[in-house]
Amino acid sequence: MLQKLYDWVDERLDITPMWRDIADHEVPEHVNPAHHFSAFVYCFGGLTFFIVVIQFLSGMFLTMYYVPDIVNAHASVMYLQNEVAFGAIVRGMHHWGASVVIVLMFLHTLRVFFTGAYKKPRELNWVVGVLLFLVILGLGFTGYLLPWDMKAYFATSVGVEIAASIPVIGGLAEDLLTGGTILGAETLTRFFAIHVFFLPAALMALLAAHFIMIRRQGISGPL
Amino acid sequence: MSENDQQKTNDVSRRQFLNYTLMGVGGFLVAGTITPMLRFAIDPVLKVDEETDMVAIGDISKYGPEPTREDFQFPVKDGWAEYELPQTAWISVFENDKGEREVLALSPICKHLGCTVQWDTHEDYPEHFYCPCHDGLYTKDGINVPGTPPTAPLDVYQYKVDDKGTLYLGKAVPREEL
Repeated sequence: MLQKLYDWVDERLDITPMWRDIADHEVPEHVNPAHHFSAFVYCFGGLTFFIVVIQFLSGMFLTMYYVPDIVNAHASVMYLQNEVAFGAIVRGMHHWGASVVIVLMFLHTLRVFFTGAYKKPRELNWVVGVLLFLVILGLGFTGYLLPWDMKAYFATSVGVEIAASIPVIGGLAEDLLTGGTILGAETLTRFFAIHVFFLPAALMALLAAHFIMIRRQGISGPL
Repeated sequence: MSENDQQKTNDVSRRQFLNYTLMGVGGFLVAGTITPMLRFAIDPVLKVDEETDMVAIGDISKYGPEPTREDFQFPVKDGWAEYELPQTAWISVFENDKGEREVLALSPICKHLGCTVQWDTHEDYPEHFYCPCHDGLYTKDGINVPGTPPTAPLDVYQYKVDDKGTLYLGKAVPREEL
C-alpha cells in the first residue's frame, strides 16, 4: 500500500534521487560506532539536532496554552502544567531539552575541536557552528523569562544588567532588551517574539547551511 | 523437505532484519515523543464540562406572564482565567394547565446563527421574539415560528426557586435536554 503510494508519487515527481541526496550516503568507518565504539563522539552533532527537533515540536505545542502577558503568563504556565493532560511531560521535554541541547552542543564543539575537523576547507562551517551556538544560547536566555516566575524575572534582570555594563552602548542594549524603562510587559512580549519567531528562523537557516556544507565537503578524515 | 529448505523459506535477510529493527525502534521513539504532545493538544476536546453553580437573580414575585429582560453575571472558569460572563434571560412566570407555577427563562441566542433576539421590538411582529439578522421569529414561549430561519425553539436556562422565593438561574440548555 505504502509502496504503491510512493511509486505513484515517484513516477510523477521522480523523488528517489532527492531522497538519495538527503539521506542515502555512506558513513565512513572511522565515524561508525559499530566499527569503533569510541566513534560515538561523532554522534553528538546529530543528537543535538534530534533535541532541537524535540524543542521545536514541544515549543509549538506549548504556545497553544501559553500567553506572553504579565498578568496571565505565569497562570497559563501553571494551567498547562497542572490542568492539561501530559502538560508536565510536554513542558518537561522543553525544559530539560533546553539544558540537554546546550550540553550536547558543547560536546559536539569539543569533538570538532579535538579532531581538528574545523581546519581547511571546513573553516566556514566552524563559523556557522559558532553562530549556531550563539543562537541557541539566545534561545535559552529568552525562553528563561517566559514562565514569568521569580527565577525567570531575576535571571533576566541579571542578564540585562550584564548587557547594560557594556561600555558606550550598554544603555542602548538595555533599552533594546527590556523594550522600555523597566523589565516588564514589553520585555516579556519582546522576549517571546524573539524566542518563538526570530531565533528559530535564524536557527533553521543556520542549520540548513551547516548541513549543506557537511554534504558538500564530506566528513573529515580519521585522526 | 529437508531442514535446510525449511529454514530458507522462513529466512529473514540481514537487510530486512536491520530494516525492521531500526524502523521499530525509530517508530517507538517518534511515537513516544509525539503522543504526549498530541494528547496535550486535544485535551480541551476530552475535558469533561464542570458542574456550574446557579446564580441568584432576584425575587420571583417581580416576574409576570410577560417576558421580562434580566441581565446578570455568570461566573466562568476559562482555562487559567476566572471572570464573570454577562448573560441575558427573558423571564416569564405563569401558571400551567394544572395550576402550578412555572418559570420560563429564555436564552436570547437565536438558534439560527447565534444573533441576539429581543422581545416585542419589531413593529410588524408584536408579541414575538425577533432576530434582526435574518428575521427569525419565536412566539412568547420561545417556540420558533415555521417559515422563519430558526429550526429549534430558544434554549432555556435551568432554574430553581428556593423557600424564600428567590429565583436562581444556571446554564442555558436546549429544550429536549431539560
